[in-house]
Amino acid sequence: MTRSSDYFVLTARVLHWLMAVMIVSMLFIGVGMVASVSERHDWLLRIHKPLGVAILILAVLRLIVRLRNPPPPLPADLPAIQKLAAYASHYLLYALMLVIPLVGWAMLSAGGYPVMLSHSLRLPPIFPTNATAFAILRHAHAWLAMLLFLTFLAHVGAALYHGLIRRDGVLSSMTGIGRGPG
Amino acid sequence: MHAPLALSTRSMVLRFAVIAFVLLIIVLAFAYVGGWLTPNRLTAQRMVNQLQANAGVFPGYRRNHAKGVCVAGYFDSNGQAQTYSVAQVFATGRTPVVGRFAVPVGNPYAPDSSAPIRSMALRFTQANGQQWRTGMNSMPVFPVATPQSFFEFLQAQQPDPSTGKPNPAKIGAFFAAHPEAGAFLAWVKTARPSASYVTESYWSLNAFEFVDAHGERHAVRWRMVPDAHDDAVGGSDPNYLDADLAQRLAQGPQRWHLIVTLANPGDPTNDATKAWPSDRREIDAGTLVLTGTEPQASGACRDINYDPTVLPNGIAISDDPLLPARSAAYATSYLRRTSEEAHLPGTANTTPEAK
Repeated sequence: MTRSSDYFVLTARVLHWLMAVMIVSMLFIGVGMVASVSERHDWLLRIHKPLGVAILILAVLRLIVRLRNPPPPLPADLPAIQKLAAYASHYLLYALMLVIPLVGWAMLSAGGYPVMLSHSLRLPPIFPTNATAFAILRHAHAWLAMLLFLTFLAHVGAALYHGLIRRDGVLSSMTGIGRGPG
Repeated sequence: MHAPLALSTRSMVLRFAVIAFVLLIIVLAFAYVGGWLTPNRLTAQRMVNQLQANAGVFPGYRRNHAKGVCVAGYFDSNGQAQTYSVAQVFATGRTPVVGRFAVPVGNPYAPDSSAPIRSMALRFTQANGQQWRTGMNSMPVFPVATPQSFFEFLQAQQPDPSTGKPNPAKIGAFFAAHPEAGAFLAWVKTARPSASYVTESYWSLNAFEFVDAHGERHAVRWRMVPDAHDDAVGGSDPNYLDADLAQRLAQGPQRWHLIVTLANPGDPTNDATKAWPSDRREIDAGTLVLTGTEPQASGACRDINYDPTVLPNGIAISDDPLLPARSAAYATSYLRRTSEEAHLPGTANTTPEAK
């Protein structure tokens, strides 16, 4: 028998998979645009900024949904070290989802760039113009994104480990399909 | 909960292999997109590395057009360009400008006469907060049409280690292989290093699009045409340009007219080596007035990246392949020099001898 607490609530599952697509796209867009000198550089950059703001807004929404709907508990027999890894990596994922877009926004502000989300929609600066701050924020943006990519890899690896090796219902609690943990 | 059936060793190994395979594919795709698997792909980093190989590394300075000076003033629009572009800068009125004149060299200590070309970069800040940044050169056409050709042009100019100078044979071979540089070569034969920044015309070189109130797009190029006319050639002093500028500004503001050229259908917008025919419609959009100058090390232009793809609503980039490459390379140069200003670890922090 499956209980509702075996699954993430529907809103959380929808947000998870929507943001998974957006964030993974964003990581590829980010490394792709800085390595490109072709017209790709321009159109990837034009997607990058509004997509980043969309991720920031959804991350705030998702944090609220998470706080109001505690996730299903981890399997009782999961080794302590794996539980710790699960908690730590999820704190990190949430932190990075919120911080990386803010660092990007602050970085453009510090560089004196107008933060244009479209041809005419401009966000206000959130940091004073300062070249030193720009350099630090620009490097931080890239390194934090690299950390997010590594955390994403660990997350995918762990999800597949739960789904294929342990088969303990952790993966299906987010997919909402297949055999429930009950 | 009921425990799942135990896996056979063979099945367990297979499942771990599937997980490893999935992760490997993700990492490889990421590395490919980031250019790490294709070291020969042309990137902004390689372009800027080539500029550094040619001129040396001068911490804190731009990687090209390194020698320059800040200027400030405003643009008085007469409203003539409004029919073609909704950009606020073209409505009748005044827009503040922070600009920079420069010599197209990588060495900030090179003499002013080292190139017969000057550049003018401008940042217009509209009242609505949107910006128009443009980098123009005092030549009517660019030598090459694509980022790849520009990179090869830079490679051809790399100093030979034995002489410390570019190898004329390599430059000759480059031009032989690039007939599109013909118009530039014909122009450069007649060009002399001017004695002043303010007597030069500056061309956008790349084509852009103006977008009007109906959303119609108009292919354009623009240039700044000076009020001051003087064919004087610079003297033997290595640094005459800044002194000339300060002296002229002390006498009064210096003016240029912004002339916008509208393309006819079929005029090339993706090839900066080709000038458009001289009978094309031109609009005098207003007057650029420069009133003051500051050294670039302390002036307002120092921390501005004059990326020509930073545009307000009403101006857009064309299909010119040089524009995204300029944007990418300028961003790389900007990150390197601001990192040096910030003294971040791993950045160049010694000032090499002036060459």
